[in-house]
Amino acid sequence: MEEQDINIKITDREGVTHDIVAPTDMAMNLMEVVRSYELAPEGTIGVCGGMAMCASCQCYVESDTVLPEMQDDEEAMLSEAFNVKENSRLGCQIQMTPEMEGLIVTLAPES
Amino acid sequence: MIKTDILIIGAGPTGLFTVFEAGLLKLKCHLIDALPQAGGQCSELYPKKPIYDIPGFPEVLAGDLTKNLLEQSKQFEPGFTLGERAETVEKQEDGTFIVTTNKGTKHQAPVVAIAGGLGSFEPRKPLIANIASFEDHGVEYFIKDPEVYRNKRVVISGGGDSALDWSIFLADVASEVTLIHRRNEFRGALDSVEKVQELKSQGKINLITPAEVINVIGHGKVEGVVVSQSQHIEKEFIVETDHFIPLFGLSPKLGPIANWGLEIEKNAIKVNNALDYQTNIPGIYAIGDVNTYPGKLKLILCGFHEATLMCQSAYQRINPGKKYVLKYTTVSGIDGFDGSRKESPKAVVKAIK
Repeated sequence: MEEQDINIKITDREGVTHDIVAPTDMAMNLMEVVRSYELAPEGTIGVCGGMAMCASCQCYVESDTVLPEMQDDEEAMLSEAFNVKENSRLGCQIQMTPEMEGLIVTLAPES
Repeated sequence: MIKTDILIIGAGPTGLFTVFEAGLLKLKCHLIDALPQAGGQCSELYPKKPIYDIPGFPEVLAGDLTKNLLEQSKQFEPGFTLGERAETVEKQEDGTFIVTTNKGTKHQAPVVAIAGGLGSFEPRKPLIANIASFEDHGVEYFIKDPEVYRNKRVVISGGGDSALDWSIFLADVASEVTLIHRRNEFRGALDSVEKVQELKSQGKINLITPAEVINVIGHGKVEGVVVSQSQHIEKEFIVETDHFIPLFGLSPKLGPIANWGLEIEKNAIKVNNALDYQTNIPGIYAIGDVNTYPGKLKLILCGFHEATLMCQSAYQRINPGKKYVLKYTTVSGIDGFDGSRKESPKAVVKAIK
């Protein structure tokens, strides 16, 4: 684990929780971390490439981590997505920064 | 029967550039796409988004890239079957393939190039348990013919441009239009939102927000929908209607291609390790985002490269034993199938000594 890495927990769609080491120096977002660790089948997550246009990377935030404020496009996409909860966010809109240390999320079901 | 040299499935950037590269080799192309217009994801999902990694274009809008690719391919007179999904493929005794769409349109070609990107775009269906039984009996996910709704009652659900635009359009066609959205705010263009507000104040559109349709009711056909407004005391009520049109955008699926006997890996079509992007079925190629091989990168520029190599292989397949020498367009120009000719002016720029 490098100095610039953070620890996060991701529960996949099968209910398996993974302890993940995520880099903060590669401009990665949570959706890209999920893809790089292959925690969801290719083609079922990050379908639009990370433009907040598909909700395939929707996740439920289980920790009290202070997240970046939701922008209009993310809010709008979630308003049309399925399986949305109060703690829903789009993984593609959560950048991996040192502030995300300890983040705990669960991937929303594929829809 | 539509006959061509290369039948391209998918009219996104990779498919469109294939037309150009095939044209240089005097091969004609025909494209099939489930969407009603060419351009794939670029024109469907993000036409106004800039792309920064197209060589030679420091910045280009996705929609403009599509327009440019269409312009570039125009001289090679591609044919298009749009708004139809490639459904089946049958190999013929002469080695050609017949591809039939969901609407029964048949196409025949010695080479099939699947450039399907993420797959065909299917409507995202709301999570309503009994909705499938009402499909085509009052529940529609696309509006193909607005006249179907003349003097009928229509409920539209969704918060994007499609929901707004069709609500506006059908206000003058249907006897009653109800627009239901989960939020008070809409995601569509500002002028569309304002128009809906105006039509609401004129009594031409019933607007129910924040709310969602949670059930469809009827005997053999749609007779009403159950609407939930959880923040109100009277949580659920019925809106009587003849049609329910959920417009929640599109989601790409590999679709029927997945049943063609092609080797699938990670929701993509496996090809022969970047040799010429042929699949496990000789004569069927897969290029662009739809394929996978070691080292694959899902980038438009890689799709262009794959299309170029694929065309060389397709040429050899269609013209076995025929010699071909790679030519530079700068030197040999371009002869369009439409009779046009493009070439650089003949002049000595600099001599090699």
